[in-house]
Amino acid sequence: MADNLIKIDRVSKTYERGEMQIPVLSELSLDIARGEFLALMGPSGSGKTTLLNLIGGLDKPTSGAITVGSERIDQLSQSALAKWRSRNVGFVFQFYNLLPVLTAQKNVELPLLLTSLSGSERRKRALAALAIVGLSDRAGHRPNELSGGQEQRVAIARAIVSDPTLLVCDEPTGDLDRATADEILDLLRLLNSEHGKTIVMVTHDPKAADHANHSLHLDKGKLVSEDAAA
Amino acid sequence: MNALNQIFAITLMNLRSLPARFGSSMVIVVGIAGVVAVLIALLSMAKGFEATLKGVGDPSRVVVLRGGSTDEMSSGISNQQARLIENKPGVMRSESGSLAAGETYVIADIPKRGNDSPANMPLRGVEAKSFEVRDEVTIVSGRALEFGRYELIAGVKAANQFQGLDVGNHIPLRGVDWEVVGLFSTGGTIHESEAWVDNSLLVANLNRGGGYTSMVVKLESPLDFDQFEQALENDPQLESNPIRETTYYSEQSVQMTSLIETFGYGVGVVMAIGAIFAALNTMYSAVSTRGVEIATLRALGFGPAPVVISVMVEALVLAFIGGAIGAGLAYLFFNGYTASTMGGTFSQVSFDFAVTPELIVRGITWSLLLGLVGGLIPSVSAARTPVTVALRGM
Ligand SMILES: Nc1ncnc2c1ncn2[C@@H]1O[C@H](COP(=O)(O)OP(=O)(O)O)[C@@H](O)[C@H]1O
Ligand SMILES: [Mg+2]
Repeated sequence: MADNLIKIDRVSKTYERGEMQIPVLSELSLDIARGEFLALMGPSGSGKTTLLNLIGGLDKPTSGAITVGSERIDQLSQSALAKWRSRNVGFVFQFYNLLPVLTAQKNVELPLLLTSLSGSERRKRALAALAIVGLSDRAGHRPNELSGGQEQRVAIARAIVSDPTLLVCDEPTGDLDRATADEILDLLRLLNSEHGKTIVMVTHDPKAADHANHSLHLDKGKLVSEDAAA
Repeated sequence: MNALNQIFAITLMNLRSLPARFGSSMVIVVGIAGVVAVLIALLSMAKGFEATLKGVGDPSRVVVLRGGSTDEMSSGISNQQARLIENKPGVMRSESGSLAAGETYVIADIPKRGNDSPANMPLRGVEAKSFEVRDEVTIVSGRALEFGRYELIAGVKAANQFQGLDVGNHIPLRGVDWEVVGLFSTGGTIHESEAWVDNSLLVANLNRGGGYTSMVVKLESPLDFDQFEQALENDPQLESNPIRETTYYSEQSVQMTSLIETFGYGVGVVMAIGAIFAALNTMYSAVSTRGVEIATLRALGFGPAPVVISVMVEALVLAFIGGAIGAGLAYLFFNGYTASTMGGTFSQVSFDFAVTPELIVRGITWSLLLGLVGGLIPSVSAARTPVTVALRGM
């Protein structure tokens, strides 16, 4: 019996645009084990980002329950949810979302501003995270002085700096060339196997999905198949 | 402590990114600088005017006008009435007799210095007793008037403002050639905008058949006013309107000051509305270009407070810069700047714009209010946008 980190129970998500109701996910159930590296695939508009945002606590479902660890995150208030995210989830975005005015190190330190750590401790941890992603020598660079792959590494360092259990990645290689994408995927794999991070990754790219332990296909808001991968 | 840390870090980050958004940030700065400069300039005009007129007047002095008149221009007092007035109870006496002077107030055409445009200068015919009644008058250059001669002394502000009012010069006014023999000061009051000549010579050349336009009377004490007023009223040969000098000038001052202030605030409000839109626009674009950044911070767990506060602080900083620039410009260009106004009674009254510290504080307060309004709406809307929507960059 697997130790489930994430339990999604009959979750529906409907957006409202004015009078219009846009059902995106309907009655979706899914368990994700601790230590999993899961790829979420599916056509554009199938609801992958929506599901990932629910798992990461960026949004709340219209109905259904989401439990992460021991927390019913669908029942948390917005501010409690924000606090929960800062402690438990690391986010990796397709376009890195680094703050352009900050150096790599300061970008990585950002999540630590939400903790009570001292300035020197924050710095130490940021440098350690940059070392894990192999960018120790770029700590003082700003995003516009880095390549896309390096920017994504900084973003990954930012995602792991507060040592969350869960990483959610929305098309992390969607803006990178093949070789760079493979390096990023290798890094994620390392974080999964060596550092024990549970990773949920949305991707379009079947090769990217190959790096994961499992992949799931989403179509029109429903899970259609579950492939066991390498 | 931690919340403050967050706010501080995010605010600092925002401010550090300002240079990258220089152009759009300037819109708010320039807009607010304009509003504050104009507002301060107009209010300083009112302040200067008020100060000029406030100084005038002695509660023991009375301006006596014809009954029904409220200003010297429309007034008239005959020689016979003047003799009656000066003998009423309450009027102070000296060895030269009662301290009551008949004066004639007319307007003279004279070009301004700097440009040749004709302007109106108050020309006052005075008597020897005028100097006893108006004991604040001091000659600051040249000498005093000699009565019986075509001589003129000019108030220092008039001399500054009008051509030819230089000691030793001859100047034609109201059909007479006057020799400027001196300049006088009254300690900054309205009379410094006038030129004074011998009343009898002035009147003789005016075709008005003698008399005065008004009398200025010095009472034994301010408390004697009621007695004096009653005596004038009881005299069937007199139809006059005595007004305490302080009241006379403060009424004129209040009218003009409130006119300028109303106008100042009117213009200020119109410009402020424009500036608020500029500020809103700037802050909306500042917030929308950083929409994804703000969403990212919130995804990482930052609360809405640091987001709102950092945008507000940015707006306030820009507004403050604008306000300070505006106040500085107003001070540089207008403080001490001498202007004159066409006023009913005063024809041309010179006064100095007074950009006081109080006005600067008022102007900067306005700028901060504008910044507050301009920053609040965009920052609150940024904080209310769902993170997931903002992350999509829509
Ligand atoms: N805030 C929103 N309001 C309305 N519709 C939305 C919103 N977010 C996403 N959608 C819609 O939900 C559907 C699924 O979107 P998304 O989860 O981004 O799919 P995917 O990531 O698989 O491309 C799309 O049709 C999209 O237009
Ligand atoms: Mg998507």
